[in-house]
Amino acid sequence: MELPPALQLHDVSKRYGARWALVRLSLTVKRGTALLLTGHNGSGKTTLLRVLATAVRPSSGQVQVLGLDASRETEKVRAQVGLLSHANFVYEDLSGLENLEVLARLLGLPVSSAQTALERVSLSARDDRPIRTYSAGMRRRLALARLFLKQPPVALLDEPFVELDPSGVSELETRIRELHAAGTTLVLATHHIEQGTQLCTDRLHLEQGRSIAA
Amino acid sequence: MRLPGLLASTWVLFRKDLLVEWRSRSRINALVFFSLATLLLFSFALGPDTALLRRNAGGYLWLALLLSSVLALGESFRVERENATLEGLRLIPVDSRAIFLSKGLANAVLLIGLGVLLVPVLVALLDVRVVLPWPRLLGLIVLGCLAISAPGTLYGAIASHARARDVLLPLLLFPVLIPALVAAAKGTALVLEGDPMEQFHSWVALLASFDILYWGLGVVLFPRVVEE
Repeated sequence: MELPPALQLHDVSKRYGARWALVRLSLTVKRGTALLLTGHNGSGKTTLLRVLATAVRPSSGQVQVLGLDASRETEKVRAQVGLLSHANFVYEDLSGLENLEVLARLLGLPVSSAQTALERVSLSARDDRPIRTYSAGMRRRLALARLFLKQPPVALLDEPFVELDPSGVSELETRIRELHAAGTTLVLATHHIEQGTQLCTDRLHLEQGRSIAA
Repeated sequence: MRLPGLLASTWVLFRKDLLVEWRSRSRINALVFFSLATLLLFSFALGPDTALLRRNAGGYLWLALLLSSVLALGESFRVERENATLEGLRLIPVDSRAIFLSKGLANAVLLIGLGVLLVPVLVALLDVRVVLPWPRLLGLIVLGCLAISAPGTLYGAIASHARARDVLLPLLLFPVLIPALVAAAKGTALVLEGDPMEQFHSWVALLASFDILYWGLGVVLFPRVVEE
């Protein structure tokens, strides 16, 4: 029996007040695909990722993740999806290791896995400084370490290269390749078209919440 | 991957909330100084009438705790807003009830610590005596702080979505807390002045009922509040 696709959207729309962020969007993403999401600011990229992550509910339409209905099986979908967003979801007064240890415990993983995830993104587990002293690049790497810790089958990356210098971009590219090579389905929204094209196999262009052939 | 249950998640988040509070001790210091200043202001406002001050000492203690709680509750959700950590917890996914229970308990622990700290100040400042056994006063402080923190955490989450959150939280919270405030203040007055009519247990029962009601409501309603 064929497994359901990683992501499936049918006629999905999302409205914030009077503004439509997504308009009747339909999309199928096969398992193991790396989808590049492009579009101008305000085109609906972030909203689409947030709908897929179940951070916001669509105003209409159906979303399925790995065959699970996002509106009825929200908790199960959340367990399968990792979101790297503009917000890093970290506590500023805790160290990188402490943040990941909390996440590891909440995921039911051994606490030692937090250290492994930190080392995988070249952050030191001995660095006990609070996150508020971290550079933008270190914050991005920590956010990626959260993804490595959770190891979700579907990873949604919203502008992962923002605020990174060229070496940081290159390192992040390597890590994203590792995620994809491990079988993770990727959806990558970025203005860095060059990096995105190298990393992704498929592309979707959005304009004013509508899908446009890229 | 097997996600931990409600109690295990609550325990992990409770420890995290206390650690975050401890790391940002400047907030705790501000809370302590604010509550001490409030107590002092009450005594200055009423003048040197020591009998009047003593008679109302229980009320001053709970008003100081109530006013300080608004700062503590607002801060506890500001921390979660800073990097959208509340959303991050939901997307792990963590049971929203665990988020409510841990945050409510952490807020209660903070307020209980503040209450315990204020009692000796009250004794020294207003020259009151603790007539009934000390454990009764401690029990009352625990129940009273639990009564503030349950609706406070629920309304703190609601207010955190609003632009005028600093105004909205006390507007929502204070009217709801009137029964708990009356019970806690009356109970404290009996501990400080004696209880010839044996009314103490009635006020404790009222406070405990309030706690059960609002902790139950919080567990049921909080998931709806934090979801979109």
